[in-house]
Amino acid sequence: MNVALLDRTTSQNAIQAVIDCDVHQAARSIADLRPHLSERWWRHIETYGLRRRLGPALGPAYPKGQPGAMRRDAWPEGGGRAGSDLGLMQRQHLDANHVAFAILNPLTPTGEGMQNPEFSAALCTAVNRWQVDAWTSRDARLRASIVVPYEDGPAAAAEIERWAGDPNFAQVLLLSRTAEPLGQRRYWPIYEAAERAGLPVGIHAFGYGGQPITGSGWPSFYLEEMVGHAQCAAALLTSLVMEGVFARYPRLAVVLTEAGFAWIPSLLWRLDKLWQRMRDEVPDVAEPPSTTVRRQVWLTTQPMEEPEHRWHFRDIVEWIGTDRLLFASDYPHWDFDDPAQAFPVALSPEVRESIAFANAARLYRLR
Amino acid sequence: MTLAPIDCDIHPVLPGLASLAPYLDPHWREQIVARGLDEQESISYPKNAPLTARADFRAPSRAGTDPRHLAAEALDPFGTGLAICNCLYGVQLPFSEDLGAALASALNDWIAREWLDRDQRFRASIVVPTQSPARAAAEIARLAPDRRFVQVLMLANDSAPLGNRAWWPIYEEASRHCLPVGIHAGSSYRHAVTGIGWPSYYIEDYAAQAQSFQSQLASLIAEGVFAKFPDLVFVFIESGWTWLPAFLWRFTKFWRGLRAEVPWVAAPPAEIVRARVRFTLQPIDAPEDPAVLLRVLEHIGSDRLLLFSTDHPHWQFDGTAAIPACFPEALAQRVLAENALETYPRLAASVRGGNAPPPPGADAAEENGPGETR
Repeated sequence: MNVALLDRTTSQNAIQAVIDCDVHQAARSIADLRPHLSERWWRHIETYGLRRRLGPALGPAYPKGQPGAMRRDAWPEGGGRAGSDLGLMQRQHLDANHVAFAILNPLTPTGEGMQNPEFSAALCTAVNRWQVDAWTSRDARLRASIVVPYEDGPAAAAEIERWAGDPNFAQVLLLSRTAEPLGQRRYWPIYEAAERAGLPVGIHAFGYGGQPITGSGWPSFYLEEMVGHAQCAAALLTSLVMEGVFARYPRLAVVLTEAGFAWIPSLLWRLDKLWQRMRDEVPDVAEPPSTTVRRQVWLTTQPMEEPEHRWHFRDIVEWIGTDRLLFASDYPHWDFDDPAQAFPVALSPEVRESIAFANAARLYRLR
Repeated sequence: MTLAPIDCDIHPVLPGLASLAPYLDPHWREQIVARGLDEQESISYPKNAPLTARADFRAPSRAGTDPRHLAAEALDPFGTGLAICNCLYGVQLPFSEDLGAALASALNDWIAREWLDRDQRFRASIVVPTQSPARAAAEIARLAPDRRFVQVLMLANDSAPLGNRAWWPIYEEASRHCLPVGIHAGSSYRHAVTGIGWPSYYIEDYAAQAQSFQSQLASLIAEGVFAKFPDLVFVFIESGWTWLPAFLWRFTKFWRGLRAEVPWVAAPPAEIVRARVRFTLQPIDAPEDPAVLLRVLEHIGSDRLLLFSTDHPHWQFDGTAAIPACFPEALAQRVLAENALETYPRLAASVRGGNAPPPPGADAAEENGPGETR
């Protein structure tokens, strides 16, 4: 039997600085947000809880493979969730892995996608204040993502405007599984505000829009949910393209986060072909979808693609474009990608520098 | 020996509900008229959409409605020896399982009489009322003795993911008769066609079918369908297939991390797919550059997976360019016929028997099943 030997060059990679485009800081508990919430909304949390478009009052739709989907070594000794202790994050990840900048994407909590739209807006504002107070003001490497009540376009736009120009924030954060595909009109105020503020829109896997997460209803397993993020991201990217969002907002930059990237070429080949057949249905789409995506969409690398034969990785990178990929670790989650280990093949120094640093530095204007 | 091509996806089109009347029992014949039942045409293929029928297939009658026209357009140009009819009339759309079952039975009987009886090259898939897995299984049992029916047909989107245990009576019955289960693009529209809600445009609906197939492949593997039914083969029809390598890489990666959740998945997903899942050729979602398509074929890593199809009358290619010129000759030969013969026991029996339609009830050694041939 032939076995492909790993041609990773750990020592070469380890010493290079990276920009990590997906780090998840967490609140120790919801009480961390209390100083940033009005009395009414704090009472609301105590009385009614965090009501999402999802049956369970606590936890995810699909039980994870390990508590909180966290690395077991990332839980602070002093208590609190993994990701809630800046000191541990610094020692374990930022310092150890030469992270020059990290984009923070808060998931626990986000405030996004709550059933009650007013509460969603209030919680998002509180989370954003907490991000500055507890994170970005305490480590110059950290940049936060603006969480927004995305099911209410105008309210989400107002939240973006609240923080526009604030150097603590590097992008707007949406989740991929929304109530309707993200290209639809109800979400356009978000793109308008983000474009005006000069902020990329990061769209991270997960979220609960209330729709079954496949076209055939709810699958049974966490395994299927994880694989399925790629399919949901493909649908939202199709929507953004076919609704003409990129044409309407030509300076909009979209970053697809934690949904993989090897599926992009096949999707774009399909969309290009269908667009040639039926462009009369979508007259606002004036160029092949692949051209649009090549200009206005970026993809983060975690979870890193691992082809059956590792050298096929190079084909994928070539087809997507080395300028489109942004390194991400997903710290402190279980499927964390170590920047020194994650790439399945050795990349040329120029390509590695683009993916690990330069693309993100340019997109997020980090220096 | 050169084998005649086998087209694994052609689409006879039912001219209308009235055509089913002779095959419905008196109750439903009366109900359809008394209630003014609309045509059960699906939004999956709008009649006049460019994709639904190639321009040169639209005359002199509605594309796909006339067996002679279809044979002249889809079979003769390729010298096709056998072709599988997949009728997409919307029997899965009604919410009533009674109506669904009545329409499915009538449609199958219509196909047998109006298509299979008229051209010995035609074979068909058994359309089943997925509103009720039990009644779907009963429909398979009813038609299995007619050996011109060579597989069971389901849609890429239905009320629940197709691996779910609720569907297993269908797979059990298909397995009993060594019938592959074909999954065709389309939906019963019990849910939005994407995992993030209803899109605005038809082009999104059709694009999303490729994602639906991916979800279904994940479901079939994760739920243990392949472990439970060791001889059952699935054919993904009009699914596209250039997505397969990336899907398998991702699935395998998470299976490695999470396999404790699905302990019955004992083999790597790629191994399961290479043994048990097949894909019809059209549509080919690939760029013009043949070098890229050749790279994709290398990523797929097997010459056994693809089955020749024209997808007539859908507009997937122009002229007779069904097989890309860059396909190596050996692969083209496999795709044209050999892979189908290994997939469909009843087609293999037909070819062995001189391509004559097998007599109803013939219970030949074909029941050894496809597992033996791979």
